[in-house]
Amino acid sequence: MTRVLIVDDHRLFRSGVRAELGDSIQVVGEAEDVETAVKAIAELTPDVVLLDVHMPGGGGQEVLRRVLGAGSQVRFLALSVSDAAEDVIGVIRGGARGYVTKNISGKELTDAIRRVADGDAVFSPRLAGFVLDAFASSEAPSIDPELDSLTQREREVLRLIARGYAYKEIAKELFISVKTVETHVSSVLRKLQLSNRHELSRWATARRLV
Amino acid sequence: MADQKTLAEPGGDAPYRRMMRPMEGRLLGGVAQGLAAQLKLDPVVIRLMFVLLSVVDGVGVVAYAVLWMITPRKPHEGQQSPQRDWSQLAAFSAIGVALSAASWLTGASKGGIGILPFAVGGIGAIILWQQADPERRRNWMSGATKSIRKNRVRTLLGIVLVVIGAAGFLAAQGELSKAKPGLMFTVVVVGGLAVIAAPWLAGLWKELQLERRERIRSEERAEVAAMVHDSVLHTLTLIQRVAHDPREVTRLARAQERDLRNWLYQPAQDADATLAAAVRRIAAEEEDAHGVPIEVVCVGDIELDPAGKLAAMLKASRQSMVNAAKYSESPSISVYAEVEGEEVTIFVKDRGKGFDMDTVPLDRMGIRESIIGRMERHGGAARVRSEPGEGTEVMLTMKVEKQ
Repeated sequence: MTRVLIVDDHRLFRSGVRAELGDSIQVVGEAEDVETAVKAIAELTPDVVLLDVHMPGGGGQEVLRRVLGAGSQVRFLALSVSDAAEDVIGVIRGGARGYVTKNISGKELTDAIRRVADGDAVFSPRLAGFVLDAFASSEAPSIDPELDSLTQREREVLRLIARGYAYKEIAKELFISVKTVETHVSSVLRKLQLSNRHELSRWATARRLV
Repeated sequence: MADQKTLAEPGGDAPYRRMMRPMEGRLLGGVAQGLAAQLKLDPVVIRLMFVLLSVVDGVGVVAYAVLWMITPRKPHEGQQSPQRDWSQLAAFSAIGVALSAASWLTGASKGGIGILPFAVGGIGAIILWQQADPERRRNWMSGATKSIRKNRVRTLLGIVLVVIGAAGFLAAQGELSKAKPGLMFTVVVVGGLAVIAAPWLAGLWKELQLERRERIRSEERAEVAAMVHDSVLHTLTLIQRVAHDPREVTRLARAQERDLRNWLYQPAQDADATLAAAVRRIAAEEEDAHGVPIEVVCVGDIELDPAGKLAAMLKASRQSMVNAAKYSESPSISVYAEVEGEEVTIFVKDRGKGFDMDTVPLDRMGIRESIIGRMERHGGAARVRSEPGEGTEVMLTMKVEKQ
């Protein structure tokens, strides 16, 4: 049973998610802002935190900074209405293991939570598109080639996610196992979080200002 | 905007009032008070104006006399005519005498018309000062005194400059032939005044800036309010009216969501200029038309080519979306458009019931003509992958030379 904490400043949304999640998920608590979230995570030690990006008191990124900064191993899945590249890339680089938008179905959300609880990454089609765009847009020499570019296989996996394929369908398409797909996505997540390419953040910001 | 309050409130609401000379509070003949009421100014301003003008060749005296004669007296209720305020009269007289002496010393009165601009300017400044909202005037005053107190050195320096300049000016006046030093000292005087006035002017400037920023902010607020009103409130009303039709409710909510998202996150784009914008627009239109959510992801972008290759590709993609929305019974459709170098690819995928390509009758124009045929005619390619129960994916590719 995966233990989940829901962090969102909209009460209606919290109760909606609670009702939608399947039986394999146990909601252990709710929090409505940065302060209560940090406190609840420390007290309840959930497996996965469903984290809203925009909240009073600094938003999801502030929760990530304070909780992960203190050395906690809890896993975060960002859940937001925002489609802005700035928010998506920002919260992933802040340490979330996935990003899905709030119009996701209850079943998909349940799958995503389970996947994050297992230590894998969850990319929505839009996030995959952002990553492809961000890593493609660089022509500047990179500092760390291993971290600063995607392998051919990772690119293929991301492209399929962007096309709307589920992990199982990707595995079938590329003749690999679902586990391998998950490994590729996790590897992309690691690059996204650790790459020093400052263009990544700049790209995300600039996309909004164009 | 603060309304312009005046101390002398008008007596009645009549559109046209004849000027009268009130007896209460008059100093001489009540002319200044009457004029003040007529012009909605403080009587003190009018009195100072008369004093100033009197110094200039006695213009003020003549004007006062003429007005006194032509203005009727305001009927006074009461037995005795009220007393004049002699102390005020004395004060104004003193000002007049002092000004006369000053103008005589500087020789300006002999110059006659030479001092007139100064007199007019002075009156103008006083009127402006008087017209200003008392609240604002207090602000100006406190700001000025505060800054003077804060910048004692600057103020002292300014005063010294003014004094030196004025002394020099007077000295130069004694030897009129040497106009040069006179001019120089005038510059010094102006410089000194500027030094004194600078903080006050800066404060005034700051206040103006603040006011402008406030205006911009309120304009933005108005724009947001208009946006919320025109779209969100409107849609919410529509949703309440069609609450019995879940499909229509979803469609309305989706359309509104897309509108809001575009407004919030997407830069304003000309939908007929680039591929990504055009794909988004087409998806939005078909989503509205068929009520099936269409998720669009774009990577890279390219300007539409003049040869019309991409336009043809867009038409094929629209047909693919229409097919998916109409026939697949899929709950949602994914569209992925990618530009990599010179290669443009668009995928349209659904999770619907799918079909067997071989069983599609030859006269079904949708896929064979509008999608595959159209792409091939323009030098591109289309591939349709579908399996019953697995959904359908259309892949369109086109090579375009980059300008």
